[in-house]
Amino acid sequence: MLKTFRIGGIHPPENKLSAGKKITPLAPPEQVIIPLSQHIGAPAAAVVKKGDPVRVGSLVGKANGFVSANIHSSVSGKVSKIDDALDASGYRRPAIFIDVEGDEWEESIDRTETFVREKAVTAEQIIQRITEAGIVGLGGATFPTQVKLTPPPGSKAEILIINAAECEPYLTADHTLMLEKGEEVLTGTSLLMKAIHVTKAVIGIENNKKDAISHLQRLAANYKGIEVMALKTQYPQGGEKQLIDSIIRRQVKSGALPISVGAVVQNVGTAFAVYEAVMKNKPLIERIVTVTGKAVTNASNFRVRIGTPIQKLIDAAGGLPEGTGKIIGGGPMMGKALISTDVPVAKGSSGVLILSEEEARRKPMMDCIRCAKCVNVCPMGINPTTLMTATEFTNWELAEKNHITDCIECGSCTYTCPANRPLLDYIRLGKGKVMGIIRSRKA
Amino acid sequence: MMILIAVISLGVIGAVGALFLYAASKKFEVYEDPRIGQVQEVLPGANCGACGYPGCSGFATACVKSDTMDGLNCPVGGAATMAQVSTILGKDAGTAEPMVAVVRCNGNCDARPKTNRYDGARNCSVASSLYMGETGCSYGCFGFGDCVTVCAFDAIHINPQTGLPEVDDDKCTSCGLCVKACPRKIIELRKKGPKSRRVFVSCINKDKGGVARKACANACIGCGKCAKECAFDAITIENNLAYIDYNKCRLCRKCAPVCPTGAILETNFPPRKEKAVETATENTNKTE
Repeated sequence: MLKTFRIGGIHPPENKLSAGKKITPLAPPEQVIIPLSQHIGAPAAAVVKKGDPVRVGSLVGKANGFVSANIHSSVSGKVSKIDDALDASGYRRPAIFIDVEGDEWEESIDRTETFVREKAVTAEQIIQRITEAGIVGLGGATFPTQVKLTPPPGSKAEILIINAAECEPYLTADHTLMLEKGEEVLTGTSLLMKAIHVTKAVIGIENNKKDAISHLQRLAANYKGIEVMALKTQYPQGGEKQLIDSIIRRQVKSGALPISVGAVVQNVGTAFAVYEAVMKNKPLIERIVTVTGKAVTNASNFRVRIGTPIQKLIDAAGGLPEGTGKIIGGGPMMGKALISTDVPVAKGSSGVLILSEEEARRKPMMDCIRCAKCVNVCPMGINPTTLMTATEFTNWELAEKNHITDCIECGSCTYTCPANRPLLDYIRLGKGKVMGIIRSRKA
Repeated sequence: MMILIAVISLGVIGAVGALFLYAASKKFEVYEDPRIGQVQEVLPGANCGACGYPGCSGFATACVKSDTMDGLNCPVGGAATMAQVSTILGKDAGTAEPMVAVVRCNGNCDARPKTNRYDGARNCSVASSLYMGETGCSYGCFGFGDCVTVCAFDAIHINPQTGLPEVDDDKCTSCGLCVKACPRKIIELRKKGPKSRRVFVSCINKDKGGVARKACANACIGCGKCAKECAFDAITIENNLAYIDYNKCRLCRKCAPVCPTGAILETNFPPRKEKAVETATENTNKTE
């Protein structure tokens, strides 16, 4: 019996079309657009100005506050302007435009592919390197990693959980990474263990990636304290709190952080980035992005420089198919429709999903029939239909009382609703409002 | 005999009960100023909250309890209601300038081409939480009508031709519910003006001129021509956007003709004379 979380969950069609496709490095484009806000928290402050020459790995944006992250140039060339640019948020926000010239890297970066297993570093040095390298959670939430590695006073980490569930349908970026960069991932995991002073780590992988599980299990035999665990294929297995429940059978209380049950969860992509930052001195300047869709001729996994317009990725995957209805940034469950192909790849971009008109069409919304399917599938055990109604009628007290702030925005409710109600659209809005109210109350 | 016993015993029980209730009502009496009820009687009873108090009864209590009527105003009832309130209470109500809701977006379907199609929930707040909208302007009206839904006086409606909300000056009570409902903060309460005549910048786009102009032909590009033209210092340019201070504006209408994009609207004025610049006449006809 495979382990899984105890509340809710769904199993949408997996559609992992690009599984088994090798990671293809994509050449830098002519111009990159590097958003200054690629993480949760305060946007980075630009430290370059128009006309400045930059190299691959040069710091261009400095973390602006505790919850913030550094941003580095992913190409070499000249800063052409600092201006607002449309990004995956759907809004125009400040970004650094860099015209690419050549491919010169900062000298400190080790560009070779040789694998480095050991390096004498202390926990503080690891966290410092992570901070410098601007690493954020690469699963999609883009929470600055160093913040998660410095637990609040009084709490202590007991176990490191590496999130390699990749529960989103279609996406295969993490899967490919584990197959091709297994050693690096495990070394990154060891580094993270050292950083938070734990002796035990579990890599949780959904059982639809059997090759990755056996591959990592074989490699993990050489790493002390790392266990690779197969998990049931169930969405949202990769949700932080769901994964903790699946692996260590502890439930994080409403409003509490995972550290309250002694767990620190990091994405597998983050573990790889940590390896590169510490062992190779390489900041987070590229990531693996899945470009996929049923009509895409060459659905693949690309290694892309941050700031590359997604048009380049689509071209590399065989161009935009006819009858495209929507281009989604991320996976089909939690991703967001993009309104332009000029949107750049950011640290949190895990995939580009191209849906046909037919697939993307939303069915007309009907009245709630009180079937409670959404309640059954909600992995947080909250009541989506009540929360939607509360938001619709701006009843924030009711929304707060029903724990709207616990919503992880996984979209299981909307997926399952037989009346096609846009539950999550409303809940997300209400969650934002209620969080604002709570913040203003504390202030 | 049987009937007599029943009548007497029930009568006694009734009398005892009545006495007890009378005593209790005297003992536990909560005094309420009768004027609160009187004031509430003359209030419109819409419970819209425009006065800043929880409903009409809250406002009535506040009126009775406060020493002066400063800052207390029922925008829905207007001067007439406040005059009645002041007669009841014998306090001077002061005069509040009549206000009206003004929609500061003129990005109609022709001026603001769509760049994408939205198929989510038909709700401005939801759309705004998701992305910038169906056009290139991230400040403009969504047109899903959150303001229409919230209006308790049937005073605001979406014009299907322009896709923008229009306010009925006569019905609008300036309660401000639409101002709060609009996620983009497009609607503003402005001085109603003599004969409902108003001059205002019908745009809140803070993007740079070029970006704003590309997204919408009617956008304010922050060029500052209007501010130079204004003899009363009523126009300020901030963040690439002109704003007319309605307390300073004398309704001379000199700013509107110089606006290169026609972002300044003038409402309910008589048509301009021939000598006015041509672009202006074009805009004069565009009332909200």
